[in-house]
Amino acid sequence: MRITEIAGVKSKFAVQSGLQQLLAFGSLILLIIFFSIASSNFFQFSNLVGILLSTAVIGVLALGSTFVIVTGGIDLSVGTVMTLCSVMTGVFIAMWGLPVWVGIVGGLLTGAVCGFMSGLAIARLGIPPFIATLAMMMIAKGLALVISGTKPIYFTETPVFMKLSQGSLLGDIIPGFDIPNAVLVFFLAAIIGSVLLSRTIVGRYNFAIGSNEEATRLSGVNVRNWKIAIYSITGLFTGVAGILMASRLNSAQPSLGMGYELEAIAAVVIGGTSLSGGKGTIIGTVIGALIMSVLTNGLRILSVPPEWQTVVVGFVILLAVYADNLRRRKA
Amino acid sequence: MDQTLVRMEGIEKHFAGVHALKGCRFDLRAGEVHALVGENGAGKSTMMKVLTGVYRKDEGSIVYKDREVQITDTRAAQKLGIGMIHQELNLAQDLTVAQNIFIGKEPRKKLRFLLDDKEMNKQTAILLKQMKLDIDPTTPVSELTVAKQQLVEIIKAISYDSQVLIMDEPTAALSDSEIDELFRMIAQLKEKGVGIVYISHRMAELKRITDRITVMRDGAYIDTVATKDISIDRIIAMMVGRDIYQPTRPDRQTSEQMEKVLEVRGLTRKNVLHDISFSLGKGEILGVAGLVGAGRTETARAIFGADPIDAGEIYVHGRKVRVTGPHQAVKNGIGYLSEDRKHYGCLLDMDVKTNVALAALGRFRSFLGFMNDKRLARVSDQIVEDLRVKTPGINQKLKFLSGGNQQKIIIGKWLTRDCDILIFDEPTRGIDIGAKNEIYKLLENLAAEGKSIIMISSELPEILRLSHRILVMCEGRITGELMNDHHASQERIMTYATDRFS
Repeated sequence: MRITEIAGVKSKFAVQSGLQQLLAFGSLILLIIFFSIASSNFFQFSNLVGILLSTAVIGVLALGSTFVIVTGGIDLSVGTVMTLCSVMTGVFIAMWGLPVWVGIVGGLLTGAVCGFMSGLAIARLGIPPFIATLAMMMIAKGLALVISGTKPIYFTETPVFMKLSQGSLLGDIIPGFDIPNAVLVFFLAAIIGSVLLSRTIVGRYNFAIGSNEEATRLSGVNVRNWKIAIYSITGLFTGVAGILMASRLNSAQPSLGMGYELEAIAAVVIGGTSLSGGKGTIIGTVIGALIMSVLTNGLRILSVPPEWQTVVVGFVILLAVYADNLRRRKA
Repeated sequence: MDQTLVRMEGIEKHFAGVHALKGCRFDLRAGEVHALVGENGAGKSTMMKVLTGVYRKDEGSIVYKDREVQITDTRAAQKLGIGMIHQELNLAQDLTVAQNIFIGKEPRKKLRFLLDDKEMNKQTAILLKQMKLDIDPTTPVSELTVAKQQLVEIIKAISYDSQVLIMDEPTAALSDSEIDELFRMIAQLKEKGVGIVYISHRMAELKRITDRITVMRDGAYIDTVATKDISIDRIIAMMVGRDIYQPTRPDRQTSEQMEKVLEVRGLTRKNVLHDISFSLGKGEILGVAGLVGAGRTETARAIFGADPIDAGEIYVHGRKVRVTGPHQAVKNGIGYLSEDRKHYGCLLDMDVKTNVALAALGRFRSFLGFMNDKRLARVSDQIVEDLRVKTPGINQKLKFLSGGNQQKIIIGKWLTRDCDILIFDEPTRGIDIGAKNEIYKLLENLAAEGKSIIMISSELPEILRLSHRILVMCEGRITGELMNDHHASQERIMTYATDRFS
């Protein structure tokens, strides 16, 4: 009797939890349908590719942020660390003339090291994530300006670097199917992130820490070290975003980057990941990032001024989190 | 002097399946100190929470100053003049003494949105002076000693013109001279005609300052007696009661030949634990008894590495180990089951299989850190079957399981990790009677299989039923050790548990 009762609760819960995933995806589809009807320019191959391309950088940043947010933490430094990674890649390739792959590895490592340092400050020194990563945000911003001498670094000598995000591997194979590599990288990163979060031991601990850090610690899990690892993973994704960014602009722009972290967090939150930790999916974050860029793109096509676009995005964030709260209260 | 302030009669209270108060009564006269005593879980706090509006009674009447009243919430109690001083202090550490006392009723200037700090400090100074306390009203509370903070809390309560003051273990954190100061203040309040309910486990104190004593046991009223007419032994006997339930004592081998699995020497944590030394044999259940605040949980957490220690050595299988965190304790085969399952024991929002595997996730890891979910599912299924956990499946979230089944999953977590030393902190707290017996059986089986168990419990029948040997703690010290033979009794344990050192 009791078991059947519990089973009833479970199936109801499963439906509701699946509903949220559907809700985000449904909103995305609705937005696309709405803009397609509102303007004939929206549902064009080139425009859709443009949306995907503009999602790539923020999307990869949001993927990384998902990891720390699932632990119940936050990373405010991903925007400027991304810039620092761009700059370091520029230094390695354009200034020191090292091979392109070395520059890429160097850029990725820069991100991982920054994440590692944030993790160290949080897990070992006990500094709250908000503060530790705020400090890292400033440090990375400053370093990017110092190292580059406040000037952009151009990759004019190495055209292959530009191909990294602007070229189209798919277009070369299937003529006319010109999806830029940046989009491929974004989807590849999403698949890797999803596997990491749902299939590996890091992901499992990630949810355990976010769900109840103290209980996890008291189960003999070395929570400190795992947190450092998780912040490093976020840093690694940030490095990927940095290289995509540099390749897309064919230059490292040291003054960019501030504010990207908030857009990344917004994408994660719209995707249904809880800021209090323990809940979240990579697919949700991908959808969240897509919702944000579909919205900006569609509003631009409808000639809504950019200032107003930002206002709309703000309301969408409120709406998304409120819908999520409603669901949680019921569950 | 003999005017009755409060009369509670026929109070009934049920919590989900638990009959917490069974027709209880209590009365308080103006100008008296009335002790309310009983074992943990006897219903003292519940009774007082009914009086202060934290809980609502199911049945019964409360008469306050000859008028029947309905106390629906804490504000109503406050308005009537019933105040409570909790065991944990409720002061805002960064505010001043005056700000704390007047919180929520700050004096204002003529322009209502401006605060009148001068007036507030002046009134506070008067209150402090009345109580003969030498504290500056503008001192931040964080700069005061715990004892002074407690006195500030009392002044805060009487600043509401409280006629009834309930003190829950007010001396738990105080030194002897500080206790003297508190008692002086209590005497002053008595003179003013305030009635004081005094909840304490310390028998010697009761003799010193209370006028009457009411004893409760298992949610029922036992008796009210005048303090001067009764001996401490008699009170303890009333608290423990006659042994209606005769515990079946474990038949056991002599402990001398037992292989020592765990040995603790001189474990000390400043102000919390003092020179704790004991050993645990293979297949032994060591019961740890004591009252709330005796340092039992702290001892367990110190051994498990959850809290830092200042001194002491821990030996596992005769080998000295350094435990600086739970992950090291677990490596040495020590598992800890917290008394607070929800916060420290399990991941309520996660499923059964993750909770079962949490302490041993590394063993389900294969190539590149991928989780071997098939093997994990197999092991969890086995645990669910072995421990007879009632759950629709291993994918069920833990929050939908009953307390007893959650506890089984946590036991399963340590079994999956192959821990052979298990520390159970209140293993049956919040678990209904049927499930309790299952947990008892499980503990006995584990010990028979050669696991060594430390069982902390506030329920003496539980201690006497399961333990091979019993340690009794009081105020961060081990005050007694006894074999669980025919000499062991609830009375003896309680005598050790109320032993007071200064």
